[in-house]
Parts: sequence; C-alpha cells; structure tokens
Amino acid sequence: MSRLDIKNGVIEMGHGSGGKTSATLIEELFVRHFDNALLDQGNDQAAFNVLAGRMVVSTDGHVITPLFFPGGDIGALSVHGTINDVAMSGATPLYLSASFILEEGFPLAGLERIVISMAKASKAAGVPVVTGDTKVVERGKGDGVFITTTGIGIVPEGINISGNQAMPGDILIVSGSIGDHGIAILSSRESLQFGTNIESDSAALHTLVANMVGVAPHIHCLRDPTRGGLATTLNELARQSKVGMRIQETAIPMKAEVKGACELLGLDPLYIANEGKLVCIVPAAHADELLSTMKKHPLGRDAAIIGTVCEDAQQMVVMETAFGGNRVVDWLAGEQLPRIC
Amino acid sequence: MKYVDEFRDGDTARALAGVIRNEVNPDRDYRLMEFCGGHTHAIFRFGIVDLMPDNIRFIHGPGCPVCVLPAGRIEAAIRLVENEGVILCTYADLMRVPAGKRDSLQKARARGADIRMIYSSSDALALARENPEKQVVFFAIGFETTTPPTAAAIKIAQAEGLKNFSVFCNHVETPPAMMTILAAGDAKIDGILGPSHVSTIIGSRAYADCCDKYHVPLVIAGFEPLDVIQSVLMLVRQINAGVATVENQYTRAVSATGNEKAKTLMSEVFEQRALFEWRGLGVLPESAVQIRSEFADFDAEKRFAMPEIETADIKGCICPAVLRGMNNPDECKLFGTACTPEDPKGACMVSSEGACAAYYSYGRYRATAAQP
Repeated sequence: MSRLDIKNGVIEMGHGSGGKTSATLIEELFVRHFDNALLDQGNDQAAFNVLAGRMVVSTDGHVITPLFFPGGDIGALSVHGTINDVAMSGATPLYLSASFILEEGFPLAGLERIVISMAKASKAAGVPVVTGDTKVVERGKGDGVFITTTGIGIVPEGINISGNQAMPGDILIVSGSIGDHGIAILSSRESLQFGTNIESDSAALHTLVANMVGVAPHIHCLRDPTRGGLATTLNELARQSKVGMRIQETAIPMKAEVKGACELLGLDPLYIANEGKLVCIVPAAHADELLSTMKKHPLGRDAAIIGTVCEDAQQMVVMETAFGGNRVVDWLAGEQLPRIC
Repeated sequence: MKYVDEFRDGDTARALAGVIRNEVNPDRDYRLMEFCGGHTHAIFRFGIVDLMPDNIRFIHGPGCPVCVLPAGRIEAAIRLVENEGVILCTYADLMRVPAGKRDSLQKARARGADIRMIYSSSDALALARENPEKQVVFFAIGFETTTPPTAAAIKIAQAEGLKNFSVFCNHVETPPAMMTILAAGDAKIDGILGPSHVSTIIGSRAYADCCDKYHVPLVIAGFEPLDVIQSVLMLVRQINAGVATVENQYTRAVSATGNEKAKTLMSEVFEQRALFEWRGLGVLPESAVQIRSEFADFDAEKRFAMPEIETADIKGCICPAVLRGMNNPDECKLFGTACTPEDPKGACMVSSEGACAAYYSYGRYRATAAQP
C-alpha cells in the first residue's frame, strides 16, 4: 500500500472513495493516532458490552473558522464538545464516534495536526474514539474540515439531571469565567486585528461533573453555555423548567480582557460562547458544599454563585446590574452583530 | 476594568441619583431626549431608569444610524449587488435592517449576493485591492462619527488609483435632525442629552443654534452610565433655572470646536446634499452629505445606475413617531408580537441602539411587572 505524503500531500477525492486510498488515510492517520483496541478491530462498527442502567447519547457537528485558534483547534473541540454534552446529564462518558467531512485540497499536514489533537484530547479524557467515517467533498463545497462526533455514557444510579427540573429557590452556579472561547475565536479572525492573550477555555468537564454529582446527587440541571453564551443557556433552562431567574452582574466571573474586547466591539459577554464552562442549578441546601467541591477542581477554580431561580409566569431572566438597576437578559436574536458607533 | 469601571460605579450612581431626586420639582415632568442610540442602549443596559425619580422621562431620539436609513436605500443597494454583481460591504448592524417586501441584506446574501461585513472603511479598501477583477462598493452609513473614515477611504483610493472602489454614501448630519424635531414641537422636549461620539467630531459649539432658537438646554453626555446620570443632573439644573445653553459633560473627549482635522477631511470630500430622506423624519433639506464632483469616480450613485426607490411604510409600525420622540415603543401594536428582534418589521427593532430593541431586550420586565 502506498504511503501518505503527510508533509506535502493534500486531500484528494480518492481519499473518500472507499477504496485503497481511503484505507491508507484511515490506517496511517486515524487508526494510528486514535490507537485503541475497538478501533483496531477494523470493523464498520464498534462492539462492546453495556452495563445495566441509563445510557445517554449526544451528537454534535463542529464547523469553526479558523480551524486552529488560541487555546485549541477543531479536533480538541470536537472531543470536548460532545463529552460535555454527555456529561451534562451527570453521565460518565464512555466512547466517541467521529465523522469527518474533508474538502478536496485540504493539506494532509493540517489534518494530521487536527487528528493528533483529537487523539490527545480523547486520551486525556479517557474516552476513546472507537468508530468513525470519512467523506471527501469537492473543492469549494466544504470549509476545510467538518467533524461530527457522537458520544455515549452511563448515568450513575440515583442521578436525575434535566433542564426541566429547576425549582423556585434553587441556586445558580457557573463554573468559571465566561466568554473566553468566543473572544479567542474573534481575536484570531483575520478581519479583526486586535491582540489579546485570551485563550479558548475548550475542556472536557466530565471529571468536574463526577465530583459534583458525588457530593450533590440532587443537582437539578446542568448545561454547558456554548453558542449563545450564558444568557441563552439561562433562558433555555428557564423555559424548560417554566421558572424565572434573577442574576447579579457583579457575581458573574469574567476576565478583564474579555470585558475589554467586548466593550471595544460592542458585544455583550453574556452572549459569547464558552467551551469549557457549565451552569448548574441546585437546591439551596446543597449549594455551598457543591461550590466548595467545584472550587477544588482545576476547571471549577473560579466557580461562583450568580443568582437564584424564582417563580415567574413570563419565564424571564432579569439581571441586577453592577450599577444597581435591572435589565432583562433576553434570548439572542439571530447572530450578535457589532454596533456601528 | 480600568477607565471603564470608574464610570460604572453603583455607589456614585446612587449618590448622584439622590441629588437629582432632591433637586427635581415634584410638580412637573422633565422630558429629556437622548438623541443617540448609544445613550438609549446605556440607559437600558445599566438600568438607569430604575435609579431616576418617576418624573424624569427619557424620550428616545433618532440617533441610531441604521434606524433612520429609509428602506429604499437598502433596496437600492440590494438591486445593485444583485444586478451588477458587485461586492457590497457594510457595517454589521445594517445586515438585518428590513428593506421593502421583507427583504434585507442578510436575506440577499443567503440568496447568493456577495455582501461582506466589515469593521472599518479600511477593510473596504483591502477588499478592493484583493479583488481587482470585481467592483467593490462600500455601503457607507452613519452620523458625523463614521463620515471622516469614509472620507479618508475615498482619498486613499484616489491616491492609490483604485479603479474598482466606490462608496454608496448615506452619511447624515446631526444638527439638522435635531432642529427638525424641535421645530415640530410634538415631542415636547425639556432638555437634550447631546451626542457623545458625534460631538468629538463636530464640537459642542455646533448645537448653539438649536439651544438659542428653541430655548432648550443641551448637555453633551458621555456614553457611560455615570456620564448619563451626571448629564441628567446638569439638565435638571438648567431647566430649574430657566436656562437653555450648551453644556459639555463629556469634556474628556469633546472640545468646543471638535476635531479640526476630521472636519477638514469631511469638507474636502463631501458637500451638502440638497435633500435626503430619513426614516421617520421624512425628506429633510441640507441634512446629509454627498461626494463632491472632484471625487465622482468613487461615487457609486454616479458609477452605477441607482434609481431612487420609494417604499411603502409598514402597516401598523410607529417607528416614525418613535424616532420623533412622540411615542414609546410599547405603544406600538406590533411591538413584541409581530415585531421582535428575531423578526424585526421596523428599523428601531433591529439595532441594539434602536429604541424598540432596547425596550424589548432590556426593559420588558417593567411592563409585565406592572400588570396585575
């Protein structure tokens, strides 16, 4: 079998044909780096025993420009994103699958960098990529690389976390500073030339979640505030649970650089994406113990209580501003656009 | 955050609000128009209304660049990009503004038109340099804040001999719009919070005629919340004393005469346009600029056939009255039902600086809290 020219080669239509060229790509790139027994079997599916209990499954498509950004890349992101979606049920993630849509002409060196990053993220998380698929689309019909990952996991006995369980009186906790990922992405786009040291917070949160459900099995809701940011996640949870929320602006952890970039661009940090943060809703009685457990984990070091759940027929999220006034924190309409002046 | 937190300090705000409460005459209302969308945004985003006594009423002015642009101009731009195959570039806010027949630049882009979002006029020049085989048209809008960068882009294009760059000029001027609202008198304005960024360019003296002619006090106010509250106090004091002069609260950025360099640049490239249509205010004389004939090569309205397009008003939409300070957004039948930030019918719902969007996004809880 001919070897891949990773240094100078590019993706060709043949890499998605299912023939020998495809096989070479799979062998020398994916199987080599993902390196686990289930994938090594070389079947079209991965077979494994399942434990008794509740299973969860979640899938997530990853399209991002640029593919490489400060603090991460599409590869690590596609592992973290799906692990987090599984973990937000309180589950222990077990396995991942990955589907790649590659654009003709994409450099193999770039693809290898992405696959190595995915492999590293999945090994660090202890969640292997056990099956996958590769398709190639003609030049101009993709944006380099799209990656869809699916994850499965098992929910420990006695855990019942869902977006519709928030109750008036519950406490809202966020696991750390918001807006880092979105600002890191914006600052690395060519059209916006501003320098920041902000890195994406892209991270797998399942070990943090394991510690959390360990001390507070009665957590009501968990969600990672990705696209649409904290504001959108709170509104989703308020609607699902048919409650309102009251939050304090001064309590929300945020880095000065993120605040500064948002001021400059006329963006609201509450709507900026995160990839390594979670929002937790927990009965008040367990809040303090949970918060101190979170703070002991590296990904929850800056965790903070940001507000409370209340009764509200309108299901509104209202924020007391640092200034002492109040304002509605609404759903994001369309995409957030920078203001003119 | 340094240089920002100082202007957002809650304790100082409450103290200042206390002073205002002591000084207002409880037997009267104070109807204060904040001209700029930036102020509207700050008033709602920081919840300034909650700190003010009930008889301080904020009347929202027309100073939101995308809100006052008539739908016909957007439709003309859509036709240009679809018929002539140009690359059209513009500031982001404009993308979602409704043109006629529920169209918008964003929808035209989805249909395949080459419309790009840019952050500065130099991005537009870069696009022209990168695409020598295409015509690049900069859809330029805004008050005096954004006019000088457009002028600079035109001068650079001329110096470089860029043959594929032109500007669809929609720049408007602040003082004429202010005069129009005061002359109509229907908004019953007791004082004006004057523009901050616009004033850095045109200077505080530019409003002297407004104050004299209509005997209305004006305080140029910064966009930070403490700026706004301090300016309210300055207006209350002028009103109580029966004075009507221009005062400058935003002294850290605004001088009496403004930015001479920018003003020179503007007058080199632009001249007064005889008539221009404003959404909500109608056709106003000498309220906008056009590109001087020396720079005609860079004027998209001369380079391409761009007909004037009249568009019918949206049925039920009271944006015109909102822009003139006569109605509050929640008095519109479409507000929050047929017209929302996701699906805006009127322009005031589009930009976060628009009065309707600010009301909807930040202020709605007041309306519902008032219901039994």
